[in-house]
Amino acid sequence: MDRKKNFTAGFLRENPVFSLYLGCCSTLAITTSLNNAIGMGVAVIAVLILSNVLISLMRKITPNEIRIPVYIVIIASLVKVIQMLIQAYAEALYTSLGTFIPLIVVNCIILGRAEAFASKNGVLDSALDGLGMGLGYTCSIIVMSLIREILATGMIHFTNPFDAAQVLFELRLIPEDFVISLFSQPFGAFCTFACLAAALVAYKDHQAKKQERLEKKEAK
Amino acid sequence: MLGELFTLLITSVLINNVVLNQFLGICPFMGVSKKASSAIGMGLAVVFVIVAASIVTFGLYYLVLAPLQIQYMDLITFILVIASLVQLTEMFIKKTSPSLYQSLGVYLPLITTNCVVLNVCLQNIEQQFDFVHMLVYSVGTPLGFALVLYVFSTIRERLDACDVPNPFKGNPIALVVAGIMALAFGGLAGLV
Repeated sequence: MDRKKNFTAGFLRENPVFSLYLGCCSTLAITTSLNNAIGMGVAVIAVLILSNVLISLMRKITPNEIRIPVYIVIIASLVKVIQMLIQAYAEALYTSLGTFIPLIVVNCIILGRAEAFASKNGVLDSALDGLGMGLGYTCSIIVMSLIREILATGMIHFTNPFDAAQVLFELRLIPEDFVISLFSQPFGAFCTFACLAAALVAYKDHQAKKQERLEKKEAK
Repeated sequence: MLGELFTLLITSVLINNVVLNQFLGICPFMGVSKKASSAIGMGLAVVFVIVAASIVTFGLYYLVLAPLQIQYMDLITFILVIASLVQLTEMFIKKTSPSLYQSLGVYLPLITTNCVVLNVCLQNIEQQFDFVHMLVYSVGTPLGFALVLYVFSTIRERLDACDVPNPFKGNPIALVVAGIMALAFGGLAGLV
């Protein structure tokens, strides 16, 4: 039960992006298209699970004073491996994500989970936590990229990440004359992010009020 | 030559602004912008760290990594250089200005994970700058960061007095403000 709770925490209650404001930089920058969001999400999940497992394995032999440098070296090596893999097998994705692949090193979610969870818990729990938080991050960026892509280009568009010429899925929702291209620009990124964050706050308030009412009823 | 350098400076400070155009360094941008005084302190600390880190990593890359042909070690080397420089800055600020140290709080050690720093170091290599261009670029970028951080913090001080819908209180409304600033900075694109 506890494990399940840990796993699902990343989705709404402790959503890393919209409620903790971790990893906002990549969220704002790469959510211009669904392709980018999925590619970035998968890369972050891979790094997060591997780094959590490694750090959890080494938690007993890592001296407390130098733990942050140790973590950051582990994360940097993992990111470099992922970067080289993406460059070799998914050239198109590598070009469109650009500098944000090496910048996964400084994505606060990864170091944050290493410090807050993996350094204190067992290997299996840490792997699950990495997967949960990674999925929370991926879902957030997918939702945001969908909103931005639909408003800015009027369609959902998904190509094979290993071969950019092959279109897997394409659907036009808004006629070309009515699209708001502003949403593919920085302004759209900030506004979409703000609205989604506000929506999550409103949802949490609603839940808290419901809980309060229930408790009052029971007290009566 | 001089004109080209000037263009690079204007581009990196205003047009390709790190925060509003490249979305880097959003965490400290949201975190330390509640007071104008700490925004200035943070801005200066970032300028110092970036200029120092750029020079050191630039030297290391071309004098050590490239001759040994171990360029794939760049990420690890750069991040270690940045982490030690931030530690140094932290010790320096703690000694010279304890009040600033207090107000920057956790965001000071977090300069290590400030994406602006790592990005400038990586871009210096990727764009194949020579030493002078590298210097101009790594002064201009953090200056743009400091400028936007300061302007944003003054807006945010006013924002406290406004009546904002409940769910938007705090960070969400600040993000909307950042979006409008991005729109305004977009107008500068015609400058060069």
